[in-house]
Amino acid sequence: MKTVDLVIVGAGAGGLSAALAAWNAGIRDILILEKENDTGGILNQCIHTGFGLHTFKEELSGPEYAERCAMMLKDTDVNIQCGTMVLSMTKDKILTCSSAEHGLEKIQARAVVFASGCRERSRGAIQIPGSRCAGILTAGTAQRYLNIDGWMCGKRVLILGSGDIGLIMARRMTLEGAKVVAVAELMPYSNGLPRNIKQCLDDFGIPLYLSHTITQIEGKHRVSAAVLSQVDEHLQPIKNTEKRFEVDAVLLSVGLIPENTILEEAGALIHPKTRGPVVDEQCMTSLDGVFACGNSLHVHDLVDFVYAEGQRCGQGAAAYLTQSLKQEKCVQVGAAGNVSYVLPQILHFCDAKLFFRVKTPMKNCAVVLKSGTKELKKMKKISLLPSVMEEITVTKELLEQCEDDLTLEVTSWN
Amino acid sequence: MKDVVIIGAGIIGCFLAYDLSKYDLKIAVVEKNMDVASGATKANSAIVHSGHDPKDGTLKALLNVRGSRMYEQICKDLNCHYEKIGAYVLACGAEEEDTLLQLAKQAENRNIPFEVHTHQEIVSREQNISDEVTKGLWLPSTAIITPWEVSCVLMDNAIERGTELHLNTEVTSIEKMNHGYRIVTSKGEMMSKVVINCAGVHADEVTAMVNPHPGFTITARRGEYFVLDHLKDPVVSIILFPVPSSKGKGVLLVPTIHHNLLLGPTSDPIDEKENVDSTKEGLAEVREKMHKLIKNVPMNQVVRTFSGNRPSGSTHDFVLEEDDLNPGFLICGAIESPGIASAPAISEYMIEHFVSKRLQLLNKNNLPALVLRQRLLSEMSDTERNDKISKDSRYGKIVCRCEQISEGEIVEAIHRNTPVLTLGAVKRRLRPGMGRCQGGFCEPLVLKILARELKLSLNEIVLEEAGSNVLLEKR
Ligand SMILES: Cc1cc2nc3c(=O)[nH]c(=O)nc-3n(C[C@H](O)[C@H](O)[C@H](O)COP(=O)(O)OP(=O)(O)OC[C@H]3O[C@@H](n4cnc5c(N)ncnc54)[C@H](O)[C@@H]3O)c2cc1C
Ligand SMILES: Cc1cc2nc3c(=O)[nH]c(=O)nc-3n(C[C@H](O)[C@H](O)[C@H](O)COP(=O)(O)OP(=O)(O)OC[C@H]3O[C@@H](n4cnc5c(N)ncnc54)[C@H](O)[C@@H]3O)c2cc1C
Repeated sequence: MKTVDLVIVGAGAGGLSAALAAWNAGIRDILILEKENDTGGILNQCIHTGFGLHTFKEELSGPEYAERCAMMLKDTDVNIQCGTMVLSMTKDKILTCSSAEHGLEKIQARAVVFASGCRERSRGAIQIPGSRCAGILTAGTAQRYLNIDGWMCGKRVLILGSGDIGLIMARRMTLEGAKVVAVAELMPYSNGLPRNIKQCLDDFGIPLYLSHTITQIEGKHRVSAAVLSQVDEHLQPIKNTEKRFEVDAVLLSVGLIPENTILEEAGALIHPKTRGPVVDEQCMTSLDGVFACGNSLHVHDLVDFVYAEGQRCGQGAAAYLTQSLKQEKCVQVGAAGNVSYVLPQILHFCDAKLFFRVKTPMKNCAVVLKSGTKELKKMKKISLLPSVMEEITVTKELLEQCEDDLTLEVTSWN
Repeated sequence: MKDVVIIGAGIIGCFLAYDLSKYDLKIAVVEKNMDVASGATKANSAIVHSGHDPKDGTLKALLNVRGSRMYEQICKDLNCHYEKIGAYVLACGAEEEDTLLQLAKQAENRNIPFEVHTHQEIVSREQNISDEVTKGLWLPSTAIITPWEVSCVLMDNAIERGTELHLNTEVTSIEKMNHGYRIVTSKGEMMSKVVINCAGVHADEVTAMVNPHPGFTITARRGEYFVLDHLKDPVVSIILFPVPSSKGKGVLLVPTIHHNLLLGPTSDPIDEKENVDSTKEGLAEVREKMHKLIKNVPMNQVVRTFSGNRPSGSTHDFVLEEDDLNPGFLICGAIESPGIASAPAISEYMIEHFVSKRLQLLNKNNLPALVLRQRLLSEMSDTERNDKISKDSRYGKIVCRCEQISEGEIVEAIHRNTPVLTLGAVKRRLRPGMGRCQGGFCEPLVLKILARELKLSLNEIVLEEAGSNVLLEKR
C-alpha cells in the first residue's frame, strides 16, 4: 500500500492553504486528493469579485483567488491528484479513493486533513409544501449551471433565503437578464453579509421580504408560481398574508452544511451545532492525526478566514508529524446564551484564537469568557450579527488561570 | 396485429409483460410517462405485506398471501433487493389489543408466521418504541423491496424477450373491432387481440373507453411521507404499523433497502388524480401520528418529502376481470395496497383466469438468459472493481459523492433494455440525487452525461415528464 505523510482531502482554498502551511513547516511528502478536474473548489464558480481583501490585500474574483492559491504551491513538491474521489477512511488513516486514472486505491496516511467543503441544505430539509416539479434548485447548483456550464435555469425567479449565495445569485441572474421578483427570508434579519445586501439587492431594486417564507409552490412540470407568507414570532406562517408570484424558478439559499460523511463514518465526533468535527486549536479532530479546516469544519462566509484556518490546520498537521510530544492538558470550550457556537471546542494551554457566531443580532454587548463562574475575559462589541464570524484571543497565561471548562457568552453591556 | 397490449408500465404492467413474454406472443406495453414505474409504483411504502391484513374472501387477501410467498424467489432470480426485515403491528391499550388479536387469528388461518409480544419484549428489540404501546403482533415474513427496481428489471427481461415498450405514449381511445381492439395513442395506433388495462389511477377512465358503464370508479387517495437520512444509529430496524383503522393502515415507519427511513403515509382523497404535491397539513399529520408508535425521531435528518396516490376502488377490492361487454379487454383496476405485495400473484391470476382463455399460450423456444439487476461497484471486490475500471476508466470516475456512483455505472444504466430518458429515471436506477445533498452536486454532472448519451442538448433534459426541463436557455 502507498504511504504518504500528509494526505489532504479537497483542493479548495482550505486544502491548498493547509498544504502550503505544512510544506513551509517542513513536511515534504504531501498529497492532495481532489474529486474535480481542477483545484480551487467552490471558488471556481464564484466569478464575482470580493475575495482576498485580507489575504492578498486585493479584490479578486473567485477563480483569480483560486489561481493565486494554486500558484503558491508551484514552487513546492506538493502532489496534487485531481479527478480522485475519496470514498472512505479508517480510524487508522487508510483512505480508499477512486479515479479514472489510478482506479481504486488505498493509501496509508500518517496524518490527514479534511478540507472537503460543504453542501447546501436542500428543499427536503426545509419541507416546503407544494409541487416537486422542475425549476426548484439550490442557489449553488443554479450558480454552477450558470457560471460553469453557461445555462440559465429560470427567467423569473424567487429566491428563498438571504444567505450570501442567494444574494449573489439574485444579482447574477439579474445581470443575465432574468427578473428576480423577490428574496424572502424566514428570520427578521438577513443571514447574508451586509455588503451583499447592498450590492446585490438594493443596487438592483430587488425587494427583500424579511420574516417571510414560501408556503406553496405551484406547477405541474415546471414551477409556475410560488406563494410567500409572512411568519409570526414562532416562525409560523400568518394567514391572509399570502403574496403570489408568477415565477419559473425558485432558488434556495437556506444554509450550508459541512460535508463530513467520511469523517463521521470513521468515528470522529461531530458537533451538533456546527455539524463539523469537534477540534482543538490546531484543528485536530477527535481522531488522532486527523484534521479538518474550511467549510468542512464550519461554514465560513469569507474565503480569507478559510485560508487562515487552513494555515493553522496545516501547521497543526505538521506539528503532529514532527513533534513526538503533544501537550496533554486541555479544557473544553462551550457556547452559552446567544452564542451559537465556538471553535475550537478543545483548547490546550497555549495562545489561541476562539471563533464564534451569535444566534440573533445584538447591539452594545459584552463577550464574556468564563471558566466555571470565574470571568476570564470580557470584550465590548457595538454590534454582533449571525452572518459575521467574530473572534477573541486567549493567551497561555490566561488559560493557566482556569480551573474549569470554558464557556463563551454574550450579554448586554452595562 | 399484437397479441397483447398492456396499458401502463407500473409494477402490474411490468409483471404481466415479464410473465407473458415467456410465451410466443407479440406484446407491446404502452406507458404515458417517460419512465416505467412512475405512477403509484414509484411512491409507496415498498412493503411486501405478509397478507395478514385484508378481509377474508377478498382478492386482496388471496393474492397478497400468494404474492408474498412468490417474491423472495423472483428477487433472487433477478438479483433484486429483497429483505425480510419483519414488521410489528403495535397496539396501544385494550381496545386496540382486541383488533390485534383478531389480526393474529387471521394470520394463523392463512398460515402466516406470527408471534404476539408484550411491551417489554418489543422494547428489548426496538428501544425507541413509544411507552404507549402495550402489545405487538410480530410478522417475521414481512419484507421490503424497491418497487421501481423490480419493475425495471422485469421490463428489461420482457424487452429482452421481444416485448415492445412505448414510453411517453398515452392511450387516448380504444375501439372494439371484429377481431380485437384498435388502440389509439398520442403516437399512433396499434391493433391487438387482447388489451390489459393496468392504468393505475386511470384504470376506470381507460375502461370507460370501451364500456360507458365500467363497474367501478377510482378515487385517488394521496399518501404523504418524510424520508430520513441513513443514520449511524437507526431509529428502527423493522417496520412498525399501528393497528389498522377504517381509514387504512395508518402512519407507518418503514426502513428502506438503502437504510433510509420512511415516515408516513397519510390518506386523503384528492380531485386531481395525479397531484402529488406535499401539503403542510399532511406532513403535520405524519409528525403527529408517528409519536403513537415511536420516540426519539431526529426530524432534523429529513432529506426529503414525497407523496403517492393510491388508486382506491369503489368496490374496496382489486378489480381483476374481463370486461362484461368486451371479450379480451382485461382489467387490473383499483390496485391499491397491497398492490406491490400482490403484483406477481395478480399477474399469475390474470393469465390463468383470462389471458389463457383468449390466447394460446405456447412457451417460447430459446428463451434468452435472464437479465439481472445491474451490479454496482459497491457490491464488487476491489480486484473486480479495478478490473472494471481498467476496461473502462469511467468506472473510476465517481459522479455522486453521497451514493458513490461512477460515470461508468450511469452510462451502463442508460443503455440497458428499459430506456432511461430523464434525471428521475437515472435516480431510480442508481440513486444519484437521493442521498444527503439531494443532487446539489451531482445533478449537473448527471444531466451532462444523460445529454451526451442521448445526443440531446442540456436544456432538452427533463426531470420527469415532458415539460419538466431543468435548464431554459444558454446565457
Ligand atoms: C457561492 C459562494 C459564494 C461565496 N462568496 C464569497 C465572497 O464573495 N467573498 C469571500 O471572501 N468568500 C466567499 N465565499 C466563501 C469562500 O469562498 C468559501 O467558503 C471557501 O472558498 C471554501 O473553501 P473550502 O476549501 O473550505 O471548500 P471548497 O472550496 O468547497 O473546497 C472543497 C474541495 O473538496 C473537494 N472534495 C470534497 N469532497 C471530496 C472527496 N470526498 N474527495 C475528494 N475531493 C473532495 C471538492 O471538490 C472541493 O474542491 C463564498 C462561498 C460560496 C459557496
Ligand atoms: C402511499 C402509498 C403507499 C403504498 N404502500 C404499499 C405497500 O407498502 N405495499 C403494497 O403492496 N402496496 C402499497 N401501495 C400500493 C401500490 O403502490 C400500488 O398498488 C401499485 O404500485 C399499483 O401498481 P400499478 O401498476 O397498478 O399502478 P401504477 O404504478 O400507478 O401504474 C399505472 C401506470 O399506468 C399509466 N397510465 C395511466 N393511464 C394511461 C394511459 N391512458 N395511457 C398509457 N399509460 C397510462 C400511468 O402513467 C402509470 O405509469 C401503496 C400505494 C400508495 C399510493
